[in-house]
Amino acid sequence: MKHLKRFYLGLMLLFMYAPIAILIVYSFNASKSRANWTGFTFDWYIALFNDPEISKALYNTLTIAVLSSAISAVIGTAAAVGIDAMRGFKKTLVMAVTNIPVVNPDIVTGVSLMILYIAVFRFFPSLKLGYGTLLLSHVAFNTSYIILSVLPKLRQMDDNLYEAALDLGASPMAGFFKVILPEILPGIVTGALLAFTMSLDDFVVSFFTTGSGVSNLSILIYSMARRGVNPKINALSTIMFMAVLLLLYVINRTDTTKSKSKKLISEGDK
Amino acid sequence: MAVMRSAEGQRARMAAPYLLWAFIFIIVPIILIIYYSLTIETDSGPVFSWSNYARAFEPTYLSVMWRSVLLALICTIICVLAGYPVAYIMASKEYSSKGFLLFLFLVPMWMNFLLRTYSWIAILENNGVINTILKAIGLPALKLLYVDQAVVLGMVYNFLPFMILPIYTVLRKMDQNLIEAAQDLGADNRLVFINLILPLSMPGVISGVTMVFMPAVTTFIISSLLGGGQYMLIGNLIERQFLKVSDWHFGSAVSVIIIALVIVSTSVFSIADKDSEGGALF
Repeated sequence: MKHLKRFYLGLMLLFMYAPIAILIVYSFNASKSRANWTGFTFDWYIALFNDPEISKALYNTLTIAVLSSAISAVIGTAAAVGIDAMRGFKKTLVMAVTNIPVVNPDIVTGVSLMILYIAVFRFFPSLKLGYGTLLLSHVAFNTSYIILSVLPKLRQMDDNLYEAALDLGASPMAGFFKVILPEILPGIVTGALLAFTMSLDDFVVSFFTTGSGVSNLSILIYSMARRGVNPKINALSTIMFMAVLLLLYVINRTDTTKSKSKKLISEGDK
Repeated sequence: MAVMRSAEGQRARMAAPYLLWAFIFIIVPIILIIYYSLTIETDSGPVFSWSNYARAFEPTYLSVMWRSVLLALICTIICVLAGYPVAYIMASKEYSSKGFLLFLFLVPMWMNFLLRTYSWIAILENNGVINTILKAIGLPALKLLYVDQAVVLGMVYNFLPFMILPIYTVLRKMDQNLIEAAQDLGADNRLVFINLILPLSMPGVISGVTMVFMPAVTTFIISSLLGGGQYMLIGNLIERQFLKVSDWHFGSAVSVIIIALVIVSTSVFSIADKDSEGGALF
């Protein structure tokens, strides 16, 4: 029974990792698109770095992820603070609307935003689908994730603190920055990280809301993959997989050092 | 009290920019989609018509929807059957200390969705890994790519972690005393599993089913990379209407239907969830 369990887990892990392992192995294969091993090469990596399309797509992906998570962090945090102060039907309604981008299938979000942009462009014929609409769309779905991560932190917070600050003469602005913001910062950071990864990984919404000539990595991979196996994508997959592993390692390390230092502090308190 | 109200009012006003934003980017697009789905283009401009919906229920398109639901269901069933044992083994005593195992099952989720799907092309294509092995041992090559099975395989590969995680979480939280009590009272392992563990883990299974079925039924990437034909799944149908044939009215009607499908299945799953919680109590 014990062996059977181990065998089954091993089999499932093989299923999860074999495709990734095969991509990594073939990224070093000299032959193009053949499964036969014909020799070791770095050519595909060199070709990858010399491909202007790929570096442009990488630039778009990263800048849109950074900008959209930063913009939606600002809009979403202000929104969450406001929504937290709302009561009754108004709050229910706003929360229902906020949940729409999260539960809606991506493809519906994508096509509905595309219809919106093109409807607006009828009045402004000089505008086109492209980087701007891509960024707006990413802010559109990311803001909901920020609101949903910040609201629980606001609920945990003691409302009286903010009102005490106002009673003691703080302006609403000062009250926000000195009292509310430090309390909800962990929620904002979690939300922004979530938004950042959602934006990095997004394909469907981007696919419908971008214009000709502007791609992110997902769109580029899709158009390359539709033409079959491409060793340059293999090389790209390898690099991205290594980046993910490195990122997860760094996150885990900072987590353990944090909990260690917390432990030290609590022990010091005793 | 009055002071508090005004303070709350002031705070509520901070949401104003978002309310405007949400109206433009969430509500207006949905109104536009419903508007397009209920109109057709004529020489004198758009006029009201139910014909887009009537067309969506023609046999050709009905079979596309049926196929989407069917493939997503098959994928969900495979994920339950393959994922439950994984969650069960990892939650069992001898593996529960090995947190890195769960981590290993979650790492592939961090890879780009398209790359995960693309990797199967290299394995399944005519000159791919499997066919090369088959040829090497003298067996005839098989057509593995651009068939329905490849689409289901791609779905299972992409969504399996979504099934394992919620089941694992529920199993880990389960009260071990209940199981020990049942064993003390003479129940064997099979009885304990069927009458105790399985019903108690149903909330995890149901949330896993929701998390797998929803993206599977609306996907168009997996089917367009691994499947054959242009009218593969409902997602491909929508994509085609908007990007290839530019029939936004029909595409919008299909989008409204997909929203309805999501709402209906979410409520079915949540009813099932309530039932199982009630069943677990008694």
